[in-house]
Amino acid sequence: MITFQQVNKTFRTKSREVHAVKDVSLTIRKGEIFGIIGFSGAGKSTLLRMVNLLEKPDTGKVIIQDRVINDLSEKELRKLRRKIGMIFQHFHLFNSRTVFGNIAYPLKLAGWPKAERKKRVKELLRFVGLEDQANDYPESLSGGQKQRVGIARALATSPEILICDEATSALDPETTNEILQLLKKINEELDVTILLITHEMNVIRDICDRVAVMENGQVIEEGAVADIFSNPQTKTTKNFISSVINDSLSPVLLEELRKNGTKKLYRLAFRGEPVKQPVLSRIAKRYDVEVNILNGNISDLGGELFGHLIVELKGKDEEVKKVTGELEKFIQIKEVDTYES
Amino acid sequence: MKVDWNTFWPRILEATGETVTIVFFTLLFSSVIGISLGLLLYVTRKGNFLENRFIYTVLNFVINLIRPVPFIIFLVAIAPLTRAVVGTTIGTAAAIFPMTIVASFSIARVVENNLVSIDPGIIEAAKAMGASPIRIIFDIIIPEAIGPLILGLTFITISLIDFSAMAGTVGGGGLGHIAITYGYQRFDTSVMFVTVVILIVLVQLAQWIGNKLARLFLRR
Ligand SMILES: Nc1ncnc2c1ncn2[C@@H]1O[C@H](COP(=O)(O)OP(=O)(O)OP(=O)(O)O)[C@@H](O)[C@H]1O
Ligand SMILES: [Mg+2]
Repeated sequence: MITFQQVNKTFRTKSREVHAVKDVSLTIRKGEIFGIIGFSGAGKSTLLRMVNLLEKPDTGKVIIQDRVINDLSEKELRKLRRKIGMIFQHFHLFNSRTVFGNIAYPLKLAGWPKAERKKRVKELLRFVGLEDQANDYPESLSGGQKQRVGIARALATSPEILICDEATSALDPETTNEILQLLKKINEELDVTILLITHEMNVIRDICDRVAVMENGQVIEEGAVADIFSNPQTKTTKNFISSVINDSLSPVLLEELRKNGTKKLYRLAFRGEPVKQPVLSRIAKRYDVEVNILNGNISDLGGELFGHLIVELKGKDEEVKKVTGELEKFIQIKEVDTYES
Repeated sequence: MKVDWNTFWPRILEATGETVTIVFFTLLFSSVIGISLGLLLYVTRKGNFLENRFIYTVLNFVINLIRPVPFIIFLVAIAPLTRAVVGTTIGTAAAIFPMTIVASFSIARVVENNLVSIDPGIIEAAKAMGASPIRIIFDIIIPEAIGPLILGLTFITISLIDFSAMAGTVGGGGLGHIAITYGYQRFDTSVMFVTVVILIVLVQLAQWIGNKLARLFLRR
């Protein structure tokens, strides 16, 4: 659906040169929600804006639906842009137009007759739940309502692709959740492929199928959300994950464990079926080992259950070893050093 | 030597008509020219969507060249050009010509200043929808800035009333001419007083209309 091939972009200003996007190659598949996460300045927006060529790559290709778009003429580019919806962190609504006028504008550009425009806007207003606000001006709307207008406007011409530049970063957690659910509904019901960028891991966790992590202009990690969450490779990714999944021991507890010289601490990661089974207690029962749970949670990642535990296994060395050996057949297990974690 | 007010009122009325005519036509012509130049300045500005360094620099230079010249001096300096274009340097048309030039450049600057305050993100959103530059200018940029733009034009209108009086003193006709010839040169304070009052009323009227119009568009 969307492919970046070895794209590069460098910004030159008087004082400095920023290599904002470095050799990025990525493929976003039809029908998925693909998230790009990274800290501020990682180059996410620059990469996203290449999809509709608001930013032109210096080298490399951008391919949309099997078509290289780098060298499209201005006119062809305008046509392409009408097939790609875009929403923004700060909404960018037209203040001089009503909610209705905002949503109708892309239809006007596409040459729709007035009566059909009216019908389509009504449909969209219903879809995003803003039927009563049609004649309001953007300044009188809340942030969440503004983003709904932005979404309706982006969807007006029924694009197959929606790109979102930090669409929820200016919203409170509850509103963020509403907007994310709306994006999910758009993906499922309208079959729109969504490429979004964010610096919030909960956005990735809640709605994305696949994710790429960006740092200093490069993609440093990429994969299915469940894979990335269960087995992150880089420090940056681990940091992002720990921002939404509390999988570390509290400092007070850690202090206590160090003082007591506690050993035999294990980090257990479950995926899929084992999450629903009492794997741990079943195995522990068969040996002379007691389990002390210090931290744990279960989350739903890209439609897959993902469980996580930190436990202390109390018992004789050889017994504990047998338990860990058994566990390894079902789940990931790693010893925790109180001085490292 | 005082004027005879019984016969002088019609002259005052006529002069007021001239002043209004001068201001009206100057505003009309300079708005068309000034708004076009202002838009050109804005879109060719660095980082904007039709960035063009050459056009911007030249236009910017010319505006900076003309704007600081005191109007009365400019008026005299371009008198030969006025004669060549209008055919005379005396009368209403001869006042409108130089005033239009000066006002066009002032309006261009006012327009540019109002447009730069538009959130660039809004223009980017329009671009992302596939709007052409012409559509962006007429559908987005102008409607977004229309309120402050009207207030800017009102400000210009008021200085045009001021300029028209100045042009009147060097043969441009209108209230300025009356005030100078009767009020100043013949020491008739009553004429001076009447013309000043009329000018004040004109200014208030212009401001009132401008505010009303701007409010209509600002919706506040
Ligand atoms: N038009 C520009 N001119 C100069 N430098 C730019 C320009 N656009 C982006 N940059 C620089 O490129 C780098 C990447 O910017 P980009 O906006 O893509 O980051 P980002 O990951 O979207 O960050 P954020 O989360 O803050 O939006 C930054 O260092 C930024 O300063
Ligand atoms: Mg960004």
